[in-house]
Amino acid sequence: MSTVELPTATVPREPKQGRGPLRLGRFVLPVYTWLVILYTVIPIVLMIVYSFNQAPSGRMTFQWLGFTTQWYQHVFQIPDLTNALVNSLIVAGSSSLISAIIGTPLAIALARYRYLGRNVTEGVIFTNIAAPSVVVGASLLSLFITLNLNRGLVTIIIAHVSFCIAFVAIVVRARIVGLDRSIEKAAYDLGATPWVAFQKVLLPLIMPGIIAGMLLAFAMSIDDFIITSFVAGQTLTFPLWVYGAVKVGIPPQVFVMGTLIFLIGVVLALVNVFMQRRRA
Amino acid sequence: MLPAVREGVPNEAEVAAADVHLRNVVKTYGGVVAVDDLTLEIPRGEFFSLLGPSGCGKTTTLGMIGGFETPTSGTIMLGDQDVSRVPPYKRDVNTVFQSYALFPHLDIFGNIAFGLKRKGMPKEQIASRVTEVLRLVDLPGYEKRKISELSGGQQQRIALARALVNEPRVLLLDEPLGALDLKLRKQMQAELKRIQQDVGITFLYVTHDQEEAMAMSDRLAVMNAGKIEQYGTPRDVYERPATRFVASFLGASNLIAGKVVSSGGAEFAEVVLAGGQTVRVPAERVTPGQVEISVGIRPEKLLLEPVSEPAAPGYNAITGQVILGTYLGVSHQYIVKGPADTELVVYVQNLGATAPTLGETVRLSWLPEHTFVV
Ligand SMILES: Nc1ncnc2c1ncn2[C@@H]1O[C@H](COP(=O)(O)OP(=O)(O)O)[C@@H](O)[C@H]1O
Ligand SMILES: [Mg+2]
Repeated sequence: MSTVELPTATVPREPKQGRGPLRLGRFVLPVYTWLVILYTVIPIVLMIVYSFNQAPSGRMTFQWLGFTTQWYQHVFQIPDLTNALVNSLIVAGSSSLISAIIGTPLAIALARYRYLGRNVTEGVIFTNIAAPSVVVGASLLSLFITLNLNRGLVTIIIAHVSFCIAFVAIVVRARIVGLDRSIEKAAYDLGATPWVAFQKVLLPLIMPGIIAGMLLAFAMSIDDFIITSFVAGQTLTFPLWVYGAVKVGIPPQVFVMGTLIFLIGVVLALVNVFMQRRRA
Repeated sequence: MLPAVREGVPNEAEVAAADVHLRNVVKTYGGVVAVDDLTLEIPRGEFFSLLGPSGCGKTTTLGMIGGFETPTSGTIMLGDQDVSRVPPYKRDVNTVFQSYALFPHLDIFGNIAFGLKRKGMPKEQIASRVTEVLRLVDLPGYEKRKISELSGGQQQRIALARALVNEPRVLLLDEPLGALDLKLRKQMQAELKRIQQDVGITFLYVTHDQEEAMAMSDRLAVMNAGKIEQYGTPRDVYERPATRFVASFLGASNLIAGKVVSSGGAEFAEVVLAGGQTVRVPAERVTPGQVEISVGIRPEKLLLEPVSEPAAPGYNAITGQVILGTYLGVSHQYIVKGPADTELVVYVQNLGATAPTLGETVRLSWLPEHTFVV
C-alpha cells in the first residue's frame, strides 16, 4: 500500500466507526434473539416431533422408535380424552366469546369515558391478571359451594370468563386508544346515532383487537389447569385429563392434539394479522 | 380595552337572515374558560372565518356548533331553531376535521355515501350524488379507491366531499389545510373558495393563519382568549383594526401613544403624539371623551422622504431616524425611531430610489384617513 492511498482509505471508515454500537448489534442481538426463540420453541418442536413417534405400548416414551402417522389416524381413539378435548373446546370457545362480549364495552368505557370508579375498574382489571390462580380457584370454589351451584362445564366457563375479560379488555382498549377520536365524531356528524356509529364505524375498526383478545382468551382458557381443577367437579378438560394420565403414561394422542391446537392457534393468529394488514 | 368601533357588525336584517347565531355562549372546562360570552352571527351563504391564535377557543366554538360540545350557557341557533342541546346526528351541519377523520375500513364511495345512507336515500340517487361530488372536488372516478392509497391533499378533498355531499346548512372546517405543505395549501385555498362559490353553502372556516383568512373570507371574526375582538370584512378588519390585538395579529402595525386635543365637530381630530408632534385622525374613529389613545398606521401606508423636500399638503408627517434597513427584493423594510423612541416599521416598494443611509433623519408621512385608533 502506498501512503497516498491512506487518506482515501480512512475516509470511508469514519462513518463505520460512528456505527460502532450498531455493528455490535448486528451480531449480538440476532444471536441473542435466536437463542430466545430456540428456548421458547424447543418444547413445541419436541411435542410436534414426538407426535410422529412410534409407541408400541400406547404410552409415549422419549426414545425415538421410528416415524409414524398412526396417532394422527387414531387421534380420537381414546373416548375419555376426546371427551375432555371437546369439553376444553366448548369451554375455551364460549369463555372467549362471552368475555369478548363483556370485555369490549368495558374497554370502550375505559378508553373513551371518564366516570366515577374508572380508576377502580382499571385497578380491578390489573389485580385480576396479577392474582395467583390458586387464590382465584379456591375462592371461586367456595363461592360456587355457597351458591350451591353444581360444578361442571357451567362453573368452568364462569370461572374462565372471569379471568379472560381482563385480557380482552386490555387488548381492545389498546386498539381503541390508538384510534383518532374524530373518527367517531365524524360518524355522529354524518348522522349516525350512537348505536349506528358503534356498529358501522367503531366495531369494524376495533374488530382486529377483539379477535386478538379472543385468541388470547382462548389460549388462556384451553390450557388453564389450576383454576379449572378447583371448579370442574367431575368434569374433565384436556389439561385435567393429561395431568391425570401422567401417572400412568401419556398416550401419543395427547401430543397430536397438542400439535393440532397449536397449529390452529398459529393459523388464527396469522389470519388476524393478515386481515388487519389488508384493511389498513 | 374593549373595541370602541365594531365595523361591519351586521344590521338587523342581516341578523335575521343569518344561518348561525351564537348568543352569549360560554364554555368552561373545570376552571378554564375556553369560550367567553361569545355572540356571533354568521351570514347565510358566506365564506366566514374564525381567526385567532392557537388556544383561543376556535375548535371549542366549532365543536359547540357541530354538537360535540354543549355550551355551559348561552344559545346556538341554526336559522330559527335552537340547537344548543341537540346531538350532532340531528343537526343539519357537517364538519371537515383537521385530521380528516376518514373511515379507514371503508372505500371512498363508502366514506362519501355514509351520510346519505343514514338519511335513507335510495341507492341509485346515492351513487349519482357521490359521482357528482367527486367531480366537484376534482377526483372523478375514485369511488373504489382505498383511503390509504390517497395522498394528504386527496384525503383532504375526500373529507370535504364526504361533508358537502349532505348539502348541510352550514359546513364547519377546522384548520382543514393545516397538515398540507405550503404549495398545496395555497392551491387548496383557491379550490375551497371556488367550491364554496359553486355550492353556495355557508362555510365556517377556522384558522390561525391570517393570510389564509384574508384571502378566502367574505367576512371574518378575530378571536382572542375566548372572545371576539373584531368582526367584519377582511378589508374592514385590516384597514381599521379595533383593538391592539387585532392590529398586531392581522399584519404588522405601528402604534404610537398620543392624546386627543381637539375633536368637536371637525372632520379630523388632532392628536399630540408622545414627543410633541401633532397628527390628524378621522374624527369618527375617536370615541367622544377618549383622550389617551394609540394612533396606528400600517407599514405600507407610510411614505419615507428626505426632510429636505417639502411635505405633501394634507398629509400627516413626523420625523425619525433610520436605524435599520433590510433589502427584501420586492421591497425595503426600514425601522425608523420615531416619536418618543417608538420603533416604526416602513415598507418601501422597490422602485430603485436611493436608499436612506443609517442614522439619517427622515420624514414619514401618510394620509390621515389611513390612520386608525386603538
Ligand atoms: N376537553 C377539554 N378539556 C379541558 N380544556 C379544554 C378542552 N378543550 C379545550 N380546552 C381548553 O380550551 C381552550 C381553547 O381550546 P381550543 O378551542 O381547542 O382552541 P383553538 O382551537 O383555538 O386552538 C384551551 O385553553 C384548551 O386548553
Ligand atoms: Mg383548534
